[in-house]
Order: sequence, then C-alpha cells, then structure tokens
Amino acid sequence: MRRRLITGAVVAGGLLLILGSPAGAQEYEPTTQDILDNLWVFIAGILVLFMQAGFALVEAGLTRGKNVANIMMKNLMDCMAGVLAFFLIGFTIAYGPDGNDIFGLGGWFLADQPYEGGLTLHTNFFFQVAFAATAATIVSGAMAERTKFKSYFLYSFVITALIYPMVVRWTWGGGWLGADEDGTGKVLSVPFSDFAGSTIVHSVGGWAALMGALILGPRLGKYTKDGKPRAILGHSIPLVLLGTLILFIGWFGFNPGSELAADLLVQDIAVVTLLSAAAGGLTGMATIWIRSGKPDVGMTCNGVLAGLVSITAGCGALYNWAGILVGAIGGVLVVFSVEFFEKVVKVDDPVGAISVHGVCGAWGTLAIGLFAAKDDAFLGREDAGLFYGGGFDQLVTQAVMVLAVFVFVTVTTGALFLAIKYTIGLRVTPEEELEGLDVLEHGSPGYAGDTLSGLGMDELTASMSTKELDRLVGEKAEA
Amino acid sequence: MKLITAIVKPFKVDDVKSALKEAGVVGLTVTEVKGVGRQGGHTETYRGTEYQVDLVPKVKLEVVVDDPVVDTAVDLIVAAAASGKIGDGKVWVTPVEAVVRIRTGEQGVDAI
Repeated sequence: MRRRLITGAVVAGGLLLILGSPAGAQEYEPTTQDILDNLWVFIAGILVLFMQAGFALVEAGLTRGKNVANIMMKNLMDCMAGVLAFFLIGFTIAYGPDGNDIFGLGGWFLADQPYEGGLTLHTNFFFQVAFAATAATIVSGAMAERTKFKSYFLYSFVITALIYPMVVRWTWGGGWLGADEDGTGKVLSVPFSDFAGSTIVHSVGGWAALMGALILGPRLGKYTKDGKPRAILGHSIPLVLLGTLILFIGWFGFNPGSELAADLLVQDIAVVTLLSAAAGGLTGMATIWIRSGKPDVGMTCNGVLAGLVSITAGCGALYNWAGILVGAIGGVLVVFSVEFFEKVVKVDDPVGAISVHGVCGAWGTLAIGLFAAKDDAFLGREDAGLFYGGGFDQLVTQAVMVLAVFVFVTVTTGALFLAIKYTIGLRVTPEEELEGLDVLEHGSPGYAGDTLSGLGMDELTASMSTKELDRLVGEKAEA
Repeated sequence: MKLITAIVKPFKVDDVKSALKEAGVVGLTVTEVKGVGRQGGHTETYRGTEYQVDLVPKVKLEVVVDDPVVDTAVDLIVAAAASGKIGDGKVWVTPVEAVVRIRTGEQGVDAI
C-alpha cells in the first residue's frame, strides 16, 4: 500500500503535516519503460550526489592541512542545507506549477500530483536536488581557508532556496529563456539549450564563487606588498586526484542522467562527455607544461574538470569530434583563466572554481551556438550551430543566457555576501586564519597529531603516559 | 667522547646507517629536518605561480662515539652520504662531557 505525505497549510507560522490515505481509484499503470526511466534517473542522481565527495576531496587537497576539517565540513553542510532548502523553497521556485516565467509557485513541499507516466515527482526531485547541491558546493573552494563557517552555512541556504532555483525556472523550468508552444523562443528568437547545466549549474556556482572570493579578499600572504601572487601549496595532491576521478565518475550521472530517460541516447551522451574530459585533461596539462615548464598535477586535474564542465551543456547536441574540440578548448581556457584571475584580477581562488565552473561553463554554453548538430530536445531542430549552417540565432540566445545568468548571479550573490559581511561577518579573524580554521571553528584538528594543527605535545602524550599505562595494565590484571 | 652530527640527503640514510653498523658503531638518533646551505634553495611552480623552495628536506643523524673511533666514523659517513652533487650535506664533531645510560646508570664510555 502506498502512503503519501500530504503537505499541510502554514498555520500561525507552523507547519502542519498530515499523513494521508492512499490515492483514489483511477491510477496510471506504469509501464516497464516508466520503471526503467525512473530507475536510471535515480541511479544517475546517486552518482551526482557522489560528486559531493569529489568536490570535498579536490578542495581539501588544494588547501592547507590546518583547514582540512573546515573545508570538508563546509562540503558536507552545504549539501545538507541545500537538500532541505531546495525541498522547502527551491524546488517550487524552479518547477512549481503556478507562478510565471521568472519565479515558480505552488506544489510546495513536493505536494502530491497525479502520476501520468515518465518520472515520478520524487524521482525528479531526487535528481534535481543533487544538482542544486552541486551548484552550492562549487563556492566553498574559492572561499576556502578564510570564510566563517556560519556565514558559509547561511549562504548555502540562500543559493539553493532562491538564487539557483530562479535560474532553473528561467530555463529547465520552462521560463523566459525557454520555448513557446510553437517551438520558437518565448522572448528570444530561439529557445536556449543547456542539456545538463554548464550555465545553469556550473556557471551559477562559478559566478557565486567569484563574488564570494572578491568580497572576502585574498588569504593572508597570498599577495606580496607589490601585489605579486605567491603560491600557497595545497596539502595533498593524492586527495585532489582522487576527488577529480570521483567527479569524473559522477559526471556520468550528471550528463547522461540529464536525458531523464533510459533510452539509447544515454551512451551517446556518456561517450561525448568522456571524450571531452580526456581532451580537456590533455590540453590542460599541455598548456601548464608549456607555461611553467612542468605538468602541474592540480592544474591538470582542473583541465579534466574543465573538459567536463565544457561539454555539460552540449553533451546532447554535439557530435563526438565537436565534443573533443570543446573539451580541448576548455582545457586551455582554464589554465589561462586561473592565471588571469590570480595575476590580473587578483582574486584568490585556491582551487580554480571560478575558472573551471564559471568560465568553462560559459564557454560550454556558447559552444552550442557554434557546434550544435543534433536536436537535444531543447533546441527543437537539427544543425542549430553556426558551423552547421544554423546561423547566429542560437549563438545569440546562448550569449544572452550566459550574460543574464552572469548579471543575475553576480548581483544577487554580491548583495548576499555583502549583507553577510556587514552583519554577522564573512571572514574569520586574522589570528584564526593564521592558526587554521579547524580547531577554532570546529574544536579539533582535521589531522590530530600534526604539529601544524595546533595540537600540543601534552595532549599527544597524555593518553600514553606511564600512569595511564599502569591503569590499563592494572585493569587487565584484575579482569 | 665526541658527538658526530651529520646532515645528509634523506635517501642516503640507509647507506650511512649500514656503514656505521659495519664499523661497530651502535646507536644513533635520526631526525627529519629542513635546512638551507650554500646552495640557497631553488624555484618551483605551483599552478603556474613560481615559489622559492628555501628549506630543503634533510635528515640529521647524531652519534656519540669514543675518541679513537671518531675519524673512522666521520670518514664512513662522508663516504656513504656522498653523491658528488650539490646539497650532500655536512658533518661536524663536538665534544661530549658526560653520558649516562638510563637503565643501568653506567657512565662515560661504558654508556656509549
């Protein structure tokens, strides 16, 4: 017997939840295909959730050991906060049945809707909430090693409750960037295309990261007095590489799952994603090798992620060769972008999140306007790209989308981070930053026993003192 | 009695250890250290940004020996630790006034 959770009304500020009775008589009978679709999208959603582990490890590895517990904790909590914020508010703003092209309303708290085939409400929510958590978690890396935990926690709620869902509304939620009933764009000449979220997910996170890092300012010691950047080495390259590979695997939920069905296009999407990642990794490595004389491991990992982010928008519309090209360009772009933000703009982004997600997300979105050949269900036609004779229409739409999201996200997250800065504060004290955030924010170091983590010799030896040993030996003898 | 202190490249520790053992020198203390000598460090890059590696990882060995053994021990350490390249390290000798073995209370040369 199926039990449903019916959402109650908000009465005097309180939520009233009533456990409802089974649905009425005439129910849609799911076909085998329906079940396969739901199962595949569910598994894909799990893979996307697993990307949280990848983000956590990449960010931990590229920052210092004295802040490792803090960065891992931020990755955990932005996901937890994101899940609830998206359940409570975000999902309605993104996909609510009422509302308008900018802001969704209705269907609060997964209010039950009759099932009419395809994905169930909960399958859809499970998949979408994983994406919302991804958009939120991108930011922690750029703001690492100096952001107050509670301030970051507050930010996570707002981006997954309001900012990210509004961008989704405009696009996947059928809003103003989407298609009219006749297949043309509602506002623009042709509808947007962003298959799995180069702009909708990654650029949103990337631009939020940009504003966060900008308003925070660089880590102490990142720049010399004459403004030259200094290298602050990450404490664990193995974690960076492991995290990158976890993200790489997770992306096969992210992109192929966005087909939202178990059909034969899933593997096409997987292959073009794979090719783009490989190309991005190779060109990223080649670029940093030429620029600095050695194949930097962390930057090569950024190259792989750049390839993945770049193909996220076009994985449904691009042929394999175009996918390789788009990923390869992404890999080059990310290296120059990291250098640009570090040396010219002087924004301290320890993990390269702004470049990987913001810049390559924008590139991947624009690439559709150039290389789109297949109809990915958003485009509504084949050969939409400029190089396939589609003209400039798609490129213009893609550019408008990139720009609109950039302006919207920088303005809203900028206002959010400034509001936090002038109320509860955004940045830890300089003393805390020098000592490390682990002990002062969370009470204990990420690596206990590390002399850098602030744990003294006394604490280390106390548990192994002679008296303690005698006590333990005595206990054993008595027993 | 003399204290021999040797700063060597980390991968030379085993060679030095076995050379000393062959010479009958038992008991040494090893510490992981960082330091800089005449070589003065070098430049590396991290994510495209150059940085100075001022302090290079080394290993410090400390051995207390009786006076007649000092020269042999120093020669053995130098021979075992040498690679001929820059950054091989240094060995120095300092006088030791007293040594006590904690367990037995033996003093002086007997305690070595």
